[in-house]
Amino acid sequence: MRIDEKIALDAFRQDEEPHIKLDQARCRVCASRVCVRSCPANLYAPVEGSEEMKVECSGCLECGTCLTVCPHGAVDWSHPRGGCGVRYRCG
Amino acid sequence: MAEPEIFDVAIVGGGLAGLSCACETATAGLVTAVFELGAECGSKNVSGGRIYLGPLRRLLPEFWRDAPLERLVSRESLGLVAGASCATVDLHSAELIDDPFASHTVLRAKLDKWLAEQAVAAGAMVLPESRVDRAILKEGRVTGVVVGGEEIPAHVVVAADGALSLLAQAAGLNAGPKPERLALGVKEIVTLDPGRIEDRFGLEPGRGAARMLVGDFTKGLPGGGFLYTNKDSISVGAVARLDALASGPSGPESHALLDALKAVPDVARLLSGGSTVEYSAHVVPETPFERTALDTPPGLLLAGDAAGMVANYGFTVRGMDFAVASGILAGRAIVASKEATDRGAAAREAYLRALEGSFVLRDLAAARGVMNFLHNPRLYGPYPQAACAAATELFRVGPDGRPFAFKPALAEARRGLSAWRVFRDLWRARKL
Repeated sequence: MRIDEKIALDAFRQDEEPHIKLDQARCRVCASRVCVRSCPANLYAPVEGSEEMKVECSGCLECGTCLTVCPHGAVDWSHPRGGCGVRYRCG
Repeated sequence: MAEPEIFDVAIVGGGLAGLSCACETATAGLVTAVFELGAECGSKNVSGGRIYLGPLRRLLPEFWRDAPLERLVSRESLGLVAGASCATVDLHSAELIDDPFASHTVLRAKLDKWLAEQAVAAGAMVLPESRVDRAILKEGRVTGVVVGGEEIPAHVVVAADGALSLLAQAAGLNAGPKPERLALGVKEIVTLDPGRIEDRFGLEPGRGAARMLVGDFTKGLPGGGFLYTNKDSISVGAVARLDALASGPSGPESHALLDALKAVPDVARLLSGGSTVEYSAHVVPETPFERTALDTPPGLLLAGDAAGMVANYGFTVRGMDFAVASGILAGRAIVASKEATDRGAAAREAYLRALEGSFVLRDLAAARGVMNFLHNPRLYGPYPQAACAAATELFRVGPDGRPFAFKPALAEARRGLSAWRVFRDLWRARKL
């Protein structure tokens, strides 16, 4: 099962305000790009044709891994607004 | 409900720690608010999961009788995985289900929702969809919380907001989540007919199994896997330390570890025919508990994962019982300090004293040696490989027969391992 198919199984209430913001100035100088392989929802991807990084906030499982592993402090991470984001039915 | 001018207790996080605290303070008549991020309590929470109720008996003798628990665990196993092989230590015993040693598998969305109902019945205000921005810090003391831009004063604030505890960070207690202190767990819920679960795991009706796995499916990263049987589903997950996951220019993808675990034949067989209905991820404290986590400003108490209260003893992993116990002790400390002049400071002192006198700090301290030992990378590749190789030699007979299998088994097991390192690891393990 692909990772996007797994994410599609989960219930979400979308927050129109993104709860993760990236400091592109820091992403540009990053060689490791550990966010890409660390995110369990596979939401990080380098922007093609540039040195920037993009993150897809919908589908975020809110584990905080990206915030924790980013070596440059480029991830501005908060919980989604109250009631928004992932809603686990089993947990 | 009209909001009071000042709350006796503002609890951040409606998980096991926060809600256990709320049950205590609300029962004693204190004006208690629980701020929960999710649409309902439990909707943001993930555990492995299994809870040991034994340690909680003294605190709450009858309380858990009606809790929505999944299965009473009667079978425990630890599997050492190397490629497609798995060498398993398996214990199926009636003694595992004897009170007070019993443990139960749980699903947090159900369990936390139930606990929230108990807190509300006790008189607590449980406020879902409430994101706490930060704690109010005035002259070195915590005097309330800010929710949606609004200041909410409280005599005591309890941070029970989980392993990331952004509240503790905002209160200046730490520099935020660190990869060397956390592990990531990724998990699937796979539904399966209860009868098939019992057949496959070899269980009596209604009973459950807990299976830990260690081996090369984590691609050399310190971590492992787990399977817990619920009523009509299986929780299957992989865990890896974040510092290892994020080190170096390349490495495995976190979500691929779970797929690798599910592809181990011994695991695939158990899950076959089931359907995945949920995918989740959560971080868990991974380093030994630090007493300094409790050095909070007056007016702020930390409980459960927010304080790093998780113990991994190798064969058993505990966190939820500490969360409940620390929540209860925090609640009782707040109640006991309600007449004090400086309630925030008195509650903190009473909480620390109660923790020191309880199983919580004792058991957390007891896990220190093992948790440090578990950093050893040889546990996650070479040793499971050695175990499988040795067991294969012991059980296999070829066309030429064999006079005595023990020596070749040992030779096979030791292949590629330095004798000195093995000796040193055994020496360290002996002292745990």
